[in-house]
Amino acid sequence: MSSDTAMPDLPETNYINAEKGLKSWLTTIDHKRIALMYLIAIGGFFVVAMGLGFMMRLELLNPGEQFLDGAAYNRVLTLHGVIMIFLFIIPSIPAVFGNFCLPIMLGANDVSFPRLNLASWYFYIAGAIVALFSVAAGGVDTGWTFYVPYSANTDANVMLPMFAAFLLGWSSILTGLNFIVTTHRLRAPGMGWRQMPLFVWGIYATSWIAVLATPVIGITLVLVLIERYMGIGIFNATMGGDPILFQHLFWIYSHPAVYVMVLPAMAVVSEIVPVFSQKRIFGYRFIAMSSIAIAAIGSLVWAHHMFTSGMADEGRIIFSFLTFFVSVPSAVKVFNWLATMYKGSIKVDPPMLFAFAFIFLFSIGGFTGLLQGALSVDIHLHDTAFIVAHFHYTMFGGTGVMFFGAMYYWWPKMFGRMYNRTMAYVGFAMFFVGFNTLYFPLFIAGLKGMPRRYADYLPEYHSYHALSTVGSWIMVTGILILFANLIWAIKRGKRAERNPWGGATLEWAVASPPATHQFDGPPEVGEPYDYKIPHLGDDESAGSGADEGKA
Amino acid sequence: MDAAAHDTHDAHDEPHLTPYSVYVGIWLALIALTGVTVLASVVDMKHQAIFVALFVATAKSTLVVLYFMHIAFENRVFWWFLLSAIATFVIFVLLTFADYAYR
Amino acid sequence: MSDATATPAELHGHEDHGHEDHEAHYGVPGYDPTASKMGMWLFLFTELLLFGTLFIVFAAYFYKFPTYFMEASSSLNIPVGGFNTVVLLTSSLTMALAIAALQRGNVKLSVKMLNATIGFAVLFCIVKAFEWGGKFEHGIWPGSDHVSAMEFGQQVFYSLYFVMTGFHALHVIIGAGLILWVKKRTLNGTISQERLVLMENIGLYWHLVDLVWIFLFPLYYLIS
Repeated sequence: MSSDTAMPDLPETNYINAEKGLKSWLTTIDHKRIALMYLIAIGGFFVVAMGLGFMMRLELLNPGEQFLDGAAYNRVLTLHGVIMIFLFIIPSIPAVFGNFCLPIMLGANDVSFPRLNLASWYFYIAGAIVALFSVAAGGVDTGWTFYVPYSANTDANVMLPMFAAFLLGWSSILTGLNFIVTTHRLRAPGMGWRQMPLFVWGIYATSWIAVLATPVIGITLVLVLIERYMGIGIFNATMGGDPILFQHLFWIYSHPAVYVMVLPAMAVVSEIVPVFSQKRIFGYRFIAMSSIAIAAIGSLVWAHHMFTSGMADEGRIIFSFLTFFVSVPSAVKVFNWLATMYKGSIKVDPPMLFAFAFIFLFSIGGFTGLLQGALSVDIHLHDTAFIVAHFHYTMFGGTGVMFFGAMYYWWPKMFGRMYNRTMAYVGFAMFFVGFNTLYFPLFIAGLKGMPRRYADYLPEYHSYHALSTVGSWIMVTGILILFANLIWAIKRGKRAERNPWGGATLEWAVASPPATHQFDGPPEVGEPYDYKIPHLGDDESAGSGADEGKA
Repeated sequence: MDAAAHDTHDAHDEPHLTPYSVYVGIWLALIALTGVTVLASVVDMKHQAIFVALFVATAKSTLVVLYFMHIAFENRVFWWFLLSAIATFVIFVLLTFADYAYR
Repeated sequence: MSDATATPAELHGHEDHGHEDHEAHYGVPGYDPTASKMGMWLFLFTELLLFGTLFIVFAAYFYKFPTYFMEASSSLNIPVGGFNTVVLLTSSLTMALAIAALQRGNVKLSVKMLNATIGFAVLFCIVKAFEWGGKFEHGIWPGSDHVSAMEFGQQVFYSLYFVMTGFHALHVIIGAGLILWVKKRTLNGTISQERLVLMENIGLYWHLVDLVWIFLFPLYYLIS
């Protein structure tokens, strides 16, 4: 399997064409191939869920019923949430780019447990199939949060999506477990914790959350199923249970889960910003530690989702107080990125644009989050469109944007081909304008009292919704351009250099696309953000010459 | 650069051989503690009983973790791992009670 | 001794750590007992948090209904629960001894100890089954009319009792199955003095099952 044949710069055999046939993919234990399989699945589900969101926006274009009645709207909404959360955002960056880059960045040839890695993918696919099956079984209208008592009583078949979430939970636990062990055990000689790229730090922190928090939701969903089918009243108030306890357990996982979503995105920004400023990252240790801090503090704030649920006042005050602390490490990251750019030689290539967009959109999302962290304000804002706007700014404007950013950053490495820059700029511009047109009006509508999850609204909200729907058209067009550009690049793109951006992390030192065993021996480990490393300079000039000959 | 890039590589060159007698000793201690906790439950302590029970259970599990599960002889990393997992759990309990204790 | 079959030949005994095999195949994950153990511990943490969640549920309701929980607790049989505790603790001892024996190369003793562990696991399940059977005879099972007629606190107590001991029993059964599998591999030499991390890992799992019971026993039987 190992290719000791080709020069690194002329990968005649690489991980993609090393073996042929569908079976070679479905049974592969190569982390890069598994990453590609995740990419296909996750990308596909993103498009599906985006279509569902698009439908919801169309329904909301005008007051009154357009083409979805209330029940259908609830199902579309649930499916959009379940797919986006469990099948797209949570696995997105770790499963695709964590799998692809983490071992390479550490100077290893694979993760510690390659077969377990493949098993995680199958868990993901099994969960996805069950989730889709639930649609065939009539759909579910509980929302992705599955709150009891409704989820324990509704006629809809909630067992399937809950079981799907359970399987997907195992997928992310096993992936996280694999990454933690890999980071501890397979670092190349000379790579201490402080030589690790910040992407690895981010994924490492994420993995810990995945391992420690996911089991909570797993068992909680099982409890709801037991309650539903065995007549046990654990969360059922008519049998002495406490529905709010379900909310606690749900958010004990699901709030840390938003950091599972956003930490990897921040980690990608931490890679892109120094490379495109060609300047050593400012405050390496602070960024690394802030990832750990976010993971830790993010586990202390879950009940801020429940300020209006009927918790004790003291509990609400404690959780509100703790909530504000999460913003500190997030702000540390933003300041360090800005300080990195300061006086750097900034190249506004497409990946850097996405990083800019992240900082802008995530800051809006973060600040509006602080508003909701204040108890008195949250009473007004809870369950309004303001919340919808807030979490789309953080989750989509954060993680979604950096998923695109990561694709635009690592695509040349993954496929050895470069996308069309002009189209990237066009797609990005449409995406960015559309995004803000889509979600910003929802802040205002929410402030004025527009509830979330409603299929209809009073005429006074019409202008906000109409504007928002128009924004969705622009944004979706932009996303489709961005995707089409990447897919086009796989076949038709120009041959990419080994290190097109001038990065100093190890993935840029191996061939594009890498061989199945990317390292024949221990790689030369340097500082990950030192852009004056001589050996990289040599390699780059040699590499680009060879590449141009091929292109 | 860090002196030890591989935090977990140094130790554990030889598997730690614990004498059989240590295991038997731990087992005896566990049985004894089980006796203690059963006896304590007979004494009427009202609401304090739960804390005594939890204390003894914690002592027992410490013995199991340290000796049967070899954490006492394992590399320090394992120790930190376990500590963060337990801390996470304790935090979940405490903060849940930030609500329940005041209801 | 290393007649291990399925593993790459260039990877040797347990004293090899990571990059000594660079010359053979750089950076290909091979037999790394520390990594395996690390992975196992991380897996155990998920089990810890899984049962931990159930304990949070228990704690919340115990706090809400202290007197009903104590009343209901007194219906559980302390000698039976205590006996099962001793059974599980002893099985933990035999498991630990099985590993200790194999570390010294004593395959015979190791297998004997594994057999004993499986025996204790089965014994535990039998006792548990009788215990549950006794409850069923009194009309106490999840969702039974008798339970539904009880006070809220007691309903919740019994719901949780069956769920938590049920989950635990499930783990005992799975653990016994795993130990059986380990025994087979020990007999055919796949697990040996040089490569015993699999047995150690299954041992860790078994001790975790024991740990859960160490908390379940006092919380359910001894709070009256």
